[in-house]
Amino acid sequence: MNYRSPLSRARGLGSAGAGVHHWHVQRLSALALVPLTLWFLFSIGTMDSFDYESFVAWMSRPWVCALLVLFFGAAYYHAALGIQVVVEDYVSDEFVRNAVIIVVKGLLLLMGVTTIVSVLATAL
Amino acid sequence: MAELTLPANSKVRSGRTFKAKGGKRVREFHVYRHDPDAGKNPSLDVYEIDLDDCGPMVLDALIKIKNEVDATLTFRRSCREGICGSCAMNVDGTNTLACIKAIEDIDGPVRIYPLPHMPVVKDLVPDLTHFYAQYASVEPWMKTDSPAPDRERLQSVEDREKLDGLYECILCACCSTSCPSYWWNSDRYLGPAVLLQAYRWIADSRDEATGERLDALEDPFKLYRCHTIMNCTSTCPKNLNPGKAIAEIKKLIYLRGE
Repeated sequence: MNYRSPLSRARGLGSAGAGVHHWHVQRLSALALVPLTLWFLFSIGTMDSFDYESFVAWMSRPWVCALLVLFFGAAYYHAALGIQVVVEDYVSDEFVRNAVIIVVKGLLLLMGVTTIVSVLATAL
Repeated sequence: MAELTLPANSKVRSGRTFKAKGGKRVREFHVYRHDPDAGKNPSLDVYEIDLDDCGPMVLDALIKIKNEVDATLTFRRSCREGICGSCAMNVDGTNTLACIKAIEDIDGPVRIYPLPHMPVVKDLVPDLTHFYAQYASVEPWMKTDSPAPDRERLQSVEDREKLDGLYECILCACCSTSCPSYWWNSDRYLGPAVLLQAYRWIADSRDEATGERLDALEDPFKLYRCHTIMNCTSTCPKNLNPGKAIAEIKKLIYLRGE
């Protein structure tokens, strides 16, 4: 039996005083991904050949390398923010929710860093 | 996890059928019935109503059923003109007020359920205790520190216009109970109705607690569970736009940090 008053339950632990940053960067990263994705698809689509050497030559151009790092950075960051929201929406158990968010963010960080290091290692 | 299917004891079974005694324009009304005291699963009772002998609105049919066919049918109603919000229910798959929903606008059998994803007290009566407590939690009254004036608190015509589209909300809960985010997280998410009401006070030029109100809402669950699904705006029987009100709150919280 829960004897808390309805108002006490509605107020809960109060406001976290957070959330606006997450909301803002999720939208900013989405906006950034629009031109970055278009550029990525266009660049890949207009390549003369798809062998390893042409890719290394392509990635070694400073602009391409920089845009690739930004593209993958924004994509992984946006994915981490978005998956966090999905998990918060659908997983109601507090412990499981927080554990899943930490694991998912850790995996995405690992994948993101690996991707960017690979781009740099190939390009430089 | 979010419950994506009904629990076993909430699965709806077919119920009784009440045939019409003649009539040319007979329509079927499929009505959700549940009495927790009976310890049985909910059922869907079918009532045949002659529309030539019934008022034009869904609420008219429900009142006719209760008066003439089955007095055990339980529902809330009061003003019968869309201003009290009592008869909010799910009609033909959409949350609306039964009193301003015309039977003619519905094709086929009229399906009537209580507001979705709420505990059911009986039949079409949902338990709105938590919804009202959430409304109370945003302190929906004018808060000022300045000494009270001798006369009314003045407000320009332009500032008064900012409350249009907000003050008309009758708290029928159609929007909140149509929102999937509210279904999954209503224990913490305030939902569109309460957030629109919160914005009604944030937007009021006479209120002096705007910052505190924004502080109280800046929370990943209380406010940011809104993912602009917009069910709220499309279902609102008063044609208000809770989705926009929530966006305005998010905008203000962002702008004050810039």
